[in-house]
Amino acid sequence: MPETIPWLTFLVFAPLLGVVVLLLVPRRQTRLLRLIAVAAALLPLALSLWLFGQYDAAVPDQFREQAAWMNVALNREALSGSVTSFIYQFQYDLALDGISLPLVLLAAFIGCMAALASVNIRKRRKSYYVWFLLLETGMLGVFLARDLLLFFLFFELTLVAMFFLIAIWGYFDREKAANTFLIYNGLGSAVMLFAFILLIYTAGFQAVEAAGSVELIYSGSYDAIAANLLNPEAYVNLAPNLMDGDNPFYMSGEMRWTVFILLLVAFGIKLPIVPLHTWMLHVHKEAPVPVVMIHSGVLLKMGAYGLLRFGMFLFPAEAREAAAVIAWLGLASILYGALLALRQHDFKLVLAYSSLSHMGIVLLGLASFNEIGIQGAVFQLVSHGLISALLFLIAGSIQERTGTTELAELGGLARSVPFISGVLLAGGLASLGLPGLSGFVGEFLSFLGLFESMKVVTVLAAAGMVITAAYVLRSVLGITFGPLRESGEELRDARLIEAVPMIALLAFIILLGLYPSVLTGTTADSLQAFLSQLRVGG
Amino acid sequence: MTSTDLLQGLTWQDVGYLTPEITLIAMAVLITLLDLALPDRINRAFTGWLSLIGILGSLGFVSWHMLQLGGGAADGAVPGVVRLLGDSYRVDGYASVFKIILLSASALIILPGISAVQRDDRVVDKGETYTLLLPAVAGALIMCSTADLITLFVGLELLSISTYVLVGIRKRSGLSQEAAFKYLVMGGISSAFILFGMSYIYGVTGSTNYGAIGGAITGALADYEALVYVGFFFLIGGFAVKLAAAPFHAWAPDVYQGAPASVTAFLAVVTKGAFLAALLRFLFNTALPQLHTPFGEDILLAFKLLAASAMIVGTTAALRQRNIKRLLALSGTANTGYMLVPLAVGVGSFVQWSSAAELGYYMIAYALMTIGVFTTHLVISREAGHDEMNGYAGLYYRAPWTAWAMVILLLSFAGIPFTAGFTGKLFIVLGSVKSEDYWLGGTMLLTSVISYYFYFAIIRQMFTRAAETEKRILLPPSSGLTIWICVSATLALGLLPGLAMNWMDRTISVLRDILLG
Repeated sequence: MPETIPWLTFLVFAPLLGVVVLLLVPRRQTRLLRLIAVAAALLPLALSLWLFGQYDAAVPDQFREQAAWMNVALNREALSGSVTSFIYQFQYDLALDGISLPLVLLAAFIGCMAALASVNIRKRRKSYYVWFLLLETGMLGVFLARDLLLFFLFFELTLVAMFFLIAIWGYFDREKAANTFLIYNGLGSAVMLFAFILLIYTAGFQAVEAAGSVELIYSGSYDAIAANLLNPEAYVNLAPNLMDGDNPFYMSGEMRWTVFILLLVAFGIKLPIVPLHTWMLHVHKEAPVPVVMIHSGVLLKMGAYGLLRFGMFLFPAEAREAAAVIAWLGLASILYGALLALRQHDFKLVLAYSSLSHMGIVLLGLASFNEIGIQGAVFQLVSHGLISALLFLIAGSIQERTGTTELAELGGLARSVPFISGVLLAGGLASLGLPGLSGFVGEFLSFLGLFESMKVVTVLAAAGMVITAAYVLRSVLGITFGPLRESGEELRDARLIEAVPMIALLAFIILLGLYPSVLTGTTADSLQAFLSQLRVGG
Repeated sequence: MTSTDLLQGLTWQDVGYLTPEITLIAMAVLITLLDLALPDRINRAFTGWLSLIGILGSLGFVSWHMLQLGGGAADGAVPGVVRLLGDSYRVDGYASVFKIILLSASALIILPGISAVQRDDRVVDKGETYTLLLPAVAGALIMCSTADLITLFVGLELLSISTYVLVGIRKRSGLSQEAAFKYLVMGGISSAFILFGMSYIYGVTGSTNYGAIGGAITGALADYEALVYVGFFFLIGGFAVKLAAAPFHAWAPDVYQGAPASVTAFLAVVTKGAFLAALLRFLFNTALPQLHTPFGEDILLAFKLLAASAMIVGTTAALRQRNIKRLLALSGTANTGYMLVPLAVGVGSFVQWSSAAELGYYMIAYALMTIGVFTTHLVISREAGHDEMNGYAGLYYRAPWTAWAMVILLLSFAGIPFTAGFTGKLFIVLGSVKSEDYWLGGTMLLTSVISYYFYFAIIRQMFTRAAETEKRILLPPSSGLTIWICVSATLALGLLPGLAMNWMDRTISVLRDILLG
């Protein structure tokens, strides 16, 4: 155990503490249950804000915690006597860098807001909050884990928790949505696991020589894998003809590409990239509001984060060659999402397609392969997380009041619920990228980064922004202005408990729009190592 | 092997090493005599407890032998091997590991079964169950230890014939009779296949001993290549039927459905485990020395195809299945496919390895989740009066703790992290990557994802559907105990797989136990 205080462990497992307390509380104490859940969600937020204050942009991986979880002996015996053991090493390894930090903050913040927004959950509250907090542990862990298997464990925790949250507390078609979610994401996880196993088997292999004996180790440690991939002396880079014709741990060029493509598909399902997106629509339509806030606000970001951390950082050369493909996929997502959002009749589906479209911008930023573009991508992740959480929260509030999110049945809400309508309008403007709000910065930086290398794609993508403006205004204005429907006449405006997360989310959207350097500063330094590697390789 | 070796006979010390099997047989005889001698009015529940004692005694002897031979010790000493009856019967680390697994599984199956058998009106003679179960377990133990085709067949038939009757033990149930008949016919045919294959193998190599077969096979291949293939493929085919590996699995759903739940669990866990353990030892000694020859590659390819088809067929057939027992039969076929992968990936040239630990580990995981689910099903099906999936509807409201236990067991089946099922699959896939059989590992992960569909369907029934009644379900204490043993072991292995893997690594030695030579 490290001598310093394990802050990251506290951060990740703070929600679990809440779970333990929740289990001790009788299920009828609904107010107490809610209070504990919100407190358990506030705790990681406070911790992550504190870490943000302590974070020193110049130091690469901070608050590192490493501990051997288990060394599993595989039943192997060497024919040569010197090999003493053959083990699979699994480490508990957490670290914070400039890419994790904004996403951890985002996850903790959205988690807290979603916990506040969970007042509308009316059945089986106790198990709801248990799954909710498990989900939060999972997503915080994903952004901090530095062991491949540990990452996978946290990733799967979110999968299982989401399944229950959708299947039990969702809207009418919840079971089908939960199933679609499960199968698609399960497929993505399986592909990811396979890529990870290939990586562990090749790049994670080390032979540690001690006095008179050799220990063969498979390791899932991210750092070990990254170091081995860069080290020309490591087994993974020694072609068989250099080693008496036999090196099962060698990673050929084809293998590198295979692993990279597997990772692209795995995280592409999560992100989602265009042909792999259909599951997301069901989830956004059927899942309960707080869960959609988290899903759209944080979980989709895990895909982009994984792509950056594992796909691009570990395989810079392959990623660079695939940059054009990534950019065109991003463009396809942007245009397809925007065009379909324009044609939707349901506000939630407009938002779902809008998410698809906005995640395309992230891909463009990543494909730029320069500091500005990748910063833009990370910024866009955070910004879209905030905006989509806000918009889905409002959609939920509207649905609770009018019983529908069909655009045709909504209108003139500005008269009956002015506060909600005002926030909706602001959120819409942020979504379409109005300067001064956070959406603009992410888009602008991504486009700027990509413009250096791929001008055509950038111009086409910018054209997609015009469609964005059209669908956002069409739906938002349709809801707030126009003739007031019968259903909307006697509605109450937002209660305090609903207004708090709305105001908080909007405040951060404005803050990031006005002072983007709050975030970009931390990201820049962490990208240096990757970019310098690119310059050497490229 | 000369004939004098075989006639050497048993010394008293040798008999000492057979105590695990002898204990079981002696207890079976005791139960039979008591069952016959005691008047009808005496409740036969004690026979169940006696059989449990017999199994635990046997487990004690196996563990004692394992420790005596130096297996499981942490000091890295190479465990010793005891060869009995002209090297046809081996007491070694490999055998000990699988015997411990199968005996523990049998104990966990009997424990909740005792009350179930007592309450089942369709079982006429309660004591009979255990008279038959103990020899079946003894047969399974023999299969773990055998290093000779004849001994293998003795163990195999002892196990099979006892289970034919066990499947039909509900004499007053038509379904059970049908199942027993099907199992008898299919089992008889497969035994005949195995015997036929053995006769060819003996014919071309001149020996029934694994080590001798392995030595003679190069010459046999040169002279009678086709006959060697015939021998091996008949034997493998017969084993595939017994294992219910697709495409030889069609009997399994009917038999599993008709048999009482504890017998089904026994078929799914102990029978499969014993056949796999025997098959691995046979394969490593006879075909794998031929690795990198066309013959060795062909045999491995046959296993790979068998594994892949079992996974794919088992999983896809289970998709539309609503009957829990039939579902578990088909998922058992898929799981057999997973467990065949360690057999199929062979050994490598860079470092000598066996996949025995992977097989053993997944077998433990599979045993825990299967027994846990069947024990739950024992209770639920009695409440619901049928085996359909909707019997689980609203279980969350009727028995919340059991519902949570089921969730963990089903997640283990689906291969979700934090469970033994996940780590088991992880190690198997790692092994398949090692031999560069990427497609096999890929198939395994893919079919695992498809299997989410039906495992999570049960979870949906339990948590999202409304129950027909709100009546609480009370579990008999023995069932509850079994379920929670399975659940806690599943979680423990999911978090700390080293517990079992390191034990097996210390106990099993590739060069001494598996490669007889």
